[in-house]
Amino acid sequence: MGREPAIDLNVPVGDRVAQTTCYMCACRCGINVHLRDGPDGKPVVRYIEGNRDHPVNKGVLCGKGSAGIMQHYSPARLRAPLRRTGPRGSGEFEEISWDEALSLATEWLGTVRKSDPKRLAFFTGRDQSQALTGFWAMKYGTPNFAAHGGFCSVNMAAGGLYTFGGAFWEFGQPDWDRTKYFMLFGVAEDHASNPIKIGIGKLKERGAKVVGINPVRTGYNAIADEWVGIRPGTDGLFVGALIHELFRNQTVDLDYLVRYTNAPWLIIDDPGAPDHGLFARGADGDPLLYDQDSGTLASALAGGTSAALTGVRTLADGRTARPVFMLLAERFLDAQYSPEAVADRIGLEAGAIRRIAAELARVAFEEEIVLDQPWTDWTGRRHETMIGRPISMHAMRGISAHSNGFQTCRMIHILQILLGSIDCPGGFRYKPPYPKQAPPWLLPHGALCDVRPQEPLGGPHLGFPLGPEHLLLDGDQPSRLDKGFSWDAPMSAHGLMHMVINNAAKADPYGIEVLFMYMANMAWNSSMNVPGTLDNLTTKDEAGNYRIPKIIYSDAYYSEMVPYADLILPDTTYLERWDCISLLDRPISEADVAADSIRWPVVEPDRDVRGFQSVLIDLAGRLGLPGFVDDKGAPKYPGGYPDYMVNHERQPGIGPLAGWRGADGDKTGIGEPNPDQLERYKANGAFFATHIPPEAAYFKHANKAYLEWAKTMGFRGETSPTIFQLYCEPLQAFRLAAEGHGKHQPPERARKRIATYFDPLPFWYEPFEGQMVDTARFPLHAITQRPMHMYHSWGSQNAWLRQITTANRLYIHTSVGKRIGAKDDDWVWLTSHQGRVKCQVKLMDGVNPHTVWTWNAIGKRRGAWALDDDAPESKQGFLLNHLISELLPEGGGGYRYSNSDPITGQAAWFDLRVAIEKADGAYETVPRFEPTGTADLPPAPDKLAFGKQFRTPR
Amino acid sequence: MTTLPATTDKKLGLVIDLDTCVGCHACATSCKEWNTGGYSAPLTDQDPYGADPHGAWLNRIHSYEVGEGAGSRTVHFPRSCLHCEEPDCVTVCPTGASFKRVEDGIVLVNPDTCIGCKLCSWACPYGAREYDYDDGVMKKCTLCVDRIYNETIPEEDRVPACVRACPTGARSFGDLGDPDSAVSQKVAARGGFDLLPEFGYKPVNKYLPPRKPASVTASARAAPAEPPVEADGSAAERLFAWADRVLSR
Repeated sequence: MGREPAIDLNVPVGDRVAQTTCYMCACRCGINVHLRDGPDGKPVVRYIEGNRDHPVNKGVLCGKGSAGIMQHYSPARLRAPLRRTGPRGSGEFEEISWDEALSLATEWLGTVRKSDPKRLAFFTGRDQSQALTGFWAMKYGTPNFAAHGGFCSVNMAAGGLYTFGGAFWEFGQPDWDRTKYFMLFGVAEDHASNPIKIGIGKLKERGAKVVGINPVRTGYNAIADEWVGIRPGTDGLFVGALIHELFRNQTVDLDYLVRYTNAPWLIIDDPGAPDHGLFARGADGDPLLYDQDSGTLASALAGGTSAALTGVRTLADGRTARPVFMLLAERFLDAQYSPEAVADRIGLEAGAIRRIAAELARVAFEEEIVLDQPWTDWTGRRHETMIGRPISMHAMRGISAHSNGFQTCRMIHILQILLGSIDCPGGFRYKPPYPKQAPPWLLPHGALCDVRPQEPLGGPHLGFPLGPEHLLLDGDQPSRLDKGFSWDAPMSAHGLMHMVINNAAKADPYGIEVLFMYMANMAWNSSMNVPGTLDNLTTKDEAGNYRIPKIIYSDAYYSEMVPYADLILPDTTYLERWDCISLLDRPISEADVAADSIRWPVVEPDRDVRGFQSVLIDLAGRLGLPGFVDDKGAPKYPGGYPDYMVNHERQPGIGPLAGWRGADGDKTGIGEPNPDQLERYKANGAFFATHIPPEAAYFKHANKAYLEWAKTMGFRGETSPTIFQLYCEPLQAFRLAAEGHGKHQPPERARKRIATYFDPLPFWYEPFEGQMVDTARFPLHAITQRPMHMYHSWGSQNAWLRQITTANRLYIHTSVGKRIGAKDDDWVWLTSHQGRVKCQVKLMDGVNPHTVWTWNAIGKRRGAWALDDDAPESKQGFLLNHLISELLPEGGGGYRYSNSDPITGQAAWFDLRVAIEKADGAYETVPRFEPTGTADLPPAPDKLAFGKQFRTPR
Repeated sequence: MTTLPATTDKKLGLVIDLDTCVGCHACATSCKEWNTGGYSAPLTDQDPYGADPHGAWLNRIHSYEVGEGAGSRTVHFPRSCLHCEEPDCVTVCPTGASFKRVEDGIVLVNPDTCIGCKLCSWACPYGAREYDYDDGVMKKCTLCVDRIYNETIPEEDRVPACVRACPTGARSFGDLGDPDSAVSQKVAARGGFDLLPEFGYKPVNKYLPPRKPASVTASARAAPAEPPVEADGSAAERLFAWADRVLSR
């Protein structure tokens, strides 16, 4: 019955399309935002899709990005600047004008700058504007600045940069089109969300083998050809055993080691001497190797030698030295790294480890790829082809978030290098502006002796120390509030944001006046030990004043952190803002293209909010910070962030954006500011991309064409190669100090720790929590993963995304459920040395039997995020954070180190050890915190019919 | 009740590759986003910020384990209307609101004549129909009928929103009635299968099973598991001798 109704098949999507950059996570995909004008003339977002021309996502868009509309129209958006009126945590605020807010902030910040700039701590969260925020903090003059890398992935960044001048993180990618064997370590949904998905799709299509090394078999690991359900924190044992096998089977790329690494460099062998374990150097300071052609010691930096990888050599002073290769081989051929020795501990049979090593050898050396692409190396030698060892690897959080993460990350890179697979066809490829030197030639700044009122810092805060002389110390005390670049965390290239609130409240090493934070939910899912953190945010001195006297916070949403701040600077949504994803910072480059991008307001805010970066520039003008004001003290960037993005020059001709520079927009990389630059970006889909010449596409670390191109782009100051540091000499420099050598001496409590962990060759050690707590009492490991459809706390307030997961469960192995008598949805107590949490379980087989896990940042606090008080996120949802201490248990001497990697200070979230027991019936999680107030946000709607306004009249 | 066309000119549908689906929900949210403003607008959400948020979704993803112990695996299973050739959801419709298009086989609901009786959702064994509690009508996958013929968008974008978004390339769209189409070829090559064929509804959408895991031969240079008696020196000595030999060539 009935005829088919007529359907209008040609309804235009919107009235126009605006192209900008997504911000539903850190992936930075290009998006087409379809806008339709509403009856009031204001545009409404109709639809968001991926930009097909964009180098990152090539048209696709993930589950988060496709739900961006609900983020943009979230009822949790802040509406105007707020000043706290009730006690901290009460959520009692009054709305104030921007004039008042900025005057107050200027007064607070100005007073501190005039007296003692270190009493400002400025830390930023998931923002992508560190080139600006770091510059601001430098010009302000406080040593206390970092972004959130210390609790995110500094082990990956530092482990990579110290080893090969690149990193897994965002600075490189597998050669998706050519790789034949891909190993994915500890990745759930971290950086590079869409590129990994696109890449894995390609690999599966081509029949390349995907090996997932992860305690949990979900997401990427669920479709891997082989799942290695490793015990958390033992990746270093697994990789060490693979290296053991490669050495034992003589399946390593000797030519590659000689050409590109410090494998032939000679190491002084003189135990007890102040230079034991350092590179043997010639009179000119160059490291030495043994040249077989001439039979003499020669500079390792000269090129053109026939370097030996073996043999004990005698130095000019009569002492002996051995090449790195021998030390490395002896380290990993040791029986402690044999497959048999490590099998039980990692939870994998020895035979499987041997098989994987043999598969790696097969693909690397018997299935090599040869590209008919001539190229010239840095020594001037021409190669007719590019030879690829088509093995690639990627690793992130599962390596990073352990206190052995730096050394484990280095070990993975060494595995890649032994196979000859870094930046070769089919291997792991750098993304420009990487490679940098290994480590980058950039030292940290901010020693207290260099911090003066009203004066900028002498250089950037964050860098790469080469030895104790580069630490930022005040006597033997840390210069930085977070104790970064002190003996506690000497190579903390991203700072330790996770320690800031604790240290500030305890005045350890000193107290501060103003805590200024941006986009970091530190009162909840971004802090370890949430109850302790809330105490630290609210603790008062004898006079009844908060020990952290003033807190300024900027966020777009009413997150759990907002109620704990005194002054709120409301930020915009990602569709309302200017941003700059800069080659000076964390660009969007791909292996074949150097690229950067912008965000721009595709819709104007309908509330009294301002983009944080423009506010920061406004404050800089009011404070008169050098670099932000002209000779007469007038603001240099009155137009805010877009003005700065175009007109700021870090060095002559080098600014935040690399595209369309020069007065006519015809220069790339280096060129004078172009007033039309942002329009050019908008017209090009909000990004700029320039291709690397084909002869420069691989072996970038040693490729003459690449090194010269990188110099013309301003990426490198010189054309000397990046030489892979299998042996990391800076670590030995710290270790020598710990053994009593040199004038920079660690405190006694730190000697053994430095001497143990600062091994110039990577090694595996038990993560600290496992070393220090009774593992018989806490037999299980507990970790979190990020769901593919949510990003930190942002996603789980999203009306669509929260329908996918409204509350997290604790996933436990079937055998654990059987042991404690728990079935799906039963309640359990999960206990650590720090505290306990009551939560619901779900049983599964695809998890390491010694591991429990949950989705991160889904648990929410009542009152926050405009969710109802009975929302499952707060009633059943929970955080593991409550179980994780920001400090390690007392070790010898009563000192409590931060719960971090001893080298980089990376927060060791995944070291957590727990016990589980069945709980009696309960219907809500414990601890369940009191509701925060709601800052008078209007109640959220009880129904959404978004899109009704777009319905075609029928 | 409602009659089906004897044949359809095309059999438009989706092919979903279970080998590459990682369960990211991109297809689900892009579907929601497109369709809440499209032919089915709106896809209402009840209690969106409260205790029991639930709304109309035309595509949902289920992730679960099958099998037990070492033989178990994790499956990500996207579920939406299969645009069956002989669907009961159409024939049970008392008003003719549910219909199957003659030209392409897409199963649609006419919101103007749907009375929200829900008979169709009872008839569908795949759970593919979604009742909109606010609108009072049934909603379902339209195969983005308002995209795939839409001359106001670029030709390459005239595919369903889920296919346009899918990051791993696990979803394809085309005419499964044409054996020469790319989707039919893919189904033939990969052994694509029907969901619950025993019901006899002849689903048009096909699922591709997981591929046999890729395997790599071990290198012949790998030494046996148990190291032989070290007659020729330690492993390190042998490695160094090998290195010397190779590098002196």
